[in-house]
Amino acid sequence: MEIPKTFLGYKREDGRTGTRNHVIILPVDDISNACAEAVANNIKGTIALPHSYGRLQFGADLELHFRTMIGTGKNPNVAAVIVIGIEPKWTKRIVDAIATTGKPVEGFSIEGVGDIDTIARVSKKAQEFSIWASEKQREERPISDLWISVKCGESDTTSGLASNPTVGNLMDKLEPLGVHLCFGETSELTGAETVCEKRGKTPEAQEKFRKTWSSYNDFILKEATDDLSESQPTAGNIAGGLTTIEEKAFGNFQKIGGCKFIDVLEPAEEPTKGPGLYFMDTSSAAAECVTLQAAGGFNLHLFPTGQGNIIGNPIEPVVKLTANPLTARTMSEHIDVDVSKILSREMNLDEAGDELIKATIRVANGRLTCAEALGHREFVMTKLYRSA
Amino acid sequence: MAGTDIIIHDEKDNVGVVVIEKITPKQDCDCWIMENDKSVKIQSMDEIPLGHKIAMTDLKEGDTILKYGHDIGKVVKSIKKGEHVHVHNVKTKKW
Repeated sequence: MEIPKTFLGYKREDGRTGTRNHVIILPVDDISNACAEAVANNIKGTIALPHSYGRLQFGADLELHFRTMIGTGKNPNVAAVIVIGIEPKWTKRIVDAIATTGKPVEGFSIEGVGDIDTIARVSKKAQEFSIWASEKQREERPISDLWISVKCGESDTTSGLASNPTVGNLMDKLEPLGVHLCFGETSELTGAETVCEKRGKTPEAQEKFRKTWSSYNDFILKEATDDLSESQPTAGNIAGGLTTIEEKAFGNFQKIGGCKFIDVLEPAEEPTKGPGLYFMDTSSAAAECVTLQAAGGFNLHLFPTGQGNIIGNPIEPVVKLTANPLTARTMSEHIDVDVSKILSREMNLDEAGDELIKATIRVANGRLTCAEALGHREFVMTKLYRSA
Repeated sequence: MAGTDIIIHDEKDNVGVVVIEKITPKQDCDCWIMENDKSVKIQSMDEIPLGHKIAMTDLKEGDTILKYGHDIGKVVKSIKKGEHVHVHNVKTKKW
């Protein structure tokens, strides 16, 4: 198949391209959720991104909070941003960082004003942003403006045999075209960590991966009270036939095809070493992982599932594929691409990879994913430890 | 090609994955090895559902399960060729 050289996206002020055109209302902290949701309810064409944290965090955990907030606002799928916090200082820090992209962004704080007046003031600005964004047009953009993140969920053995290798096939075909790619799920590479490490393009990348994986594994060993059965693999994984973390890891790892990663990113860190594959240190929980990848600037997500994970994300469209024929049949409203014919050998990996590329480009051009149409907007902050 | 009941990833793997809705005891199954496109046959001993693994050889306690050509855990209860391989007879070596 000849891969299209372009797709239809929204060109942003900083040169990046969005596959979506969202106006987001971003609360800095948990207690600003109510305001953000009220504004999004008032003003059509905006979405609120409520979450559970943002107060009394400190150190690396606070830095990650800021990085996630700022990265979400900077993501090219976002046309304009309203930031609402309880107090002005942290709000301004986020606003100023998002403003470096050149996109419209405005911050508001609630202290000394109260919810009701804040909602009124913010709604006026949100209406202005929403109407402004509605005039943005899609234009032809190079395929290399796609930044694709991947993560699998509710995996079973069909994931490792077919749907994950389908994503790997797509990576093998898109990497030479200058696309940015990202995989994560540090803990879920356990068992395959030495094989994965060797996929680092440079000794530095390999070393960084080894340190990142070891640190995550040490943390799990420290906190574990049992063998993690039903946590990793999950009860759903086990029902689907996956027996051990090692089996899950080697299945997971199929997603990167034959690609090598050029760098290891902190959670929610934006890649800066040019096109190619990156590894991001993330949890293996679906919503946490995709939220971090979206904050790293990725504009389209591929999500292979076995037993049927239903996750979506508010700003990054999540394309779901499965090779499990039962899941494809019983949960069809969640599945964008059915590659179950690989298992019956009516389709080969090359054909499945082509189908996934076609679906990816249609979604990049604006086709709603199943998760978008169903209203899945899981926005889940990763918290490293307790607040002060 | 239709008619594949079990897929084996690598030639050296000692387990295969059921890819039809289920296989029943004493069923003669067609297996396809992805790595080299070879076909082999096996008779199942157990009922095994879609996505679950079948032992391609006899395995004793302490043996290593190979899938994708790699170590995916250890046998904790001996397994006969054709039996269901899962959490009741295999455990992780990691956690």
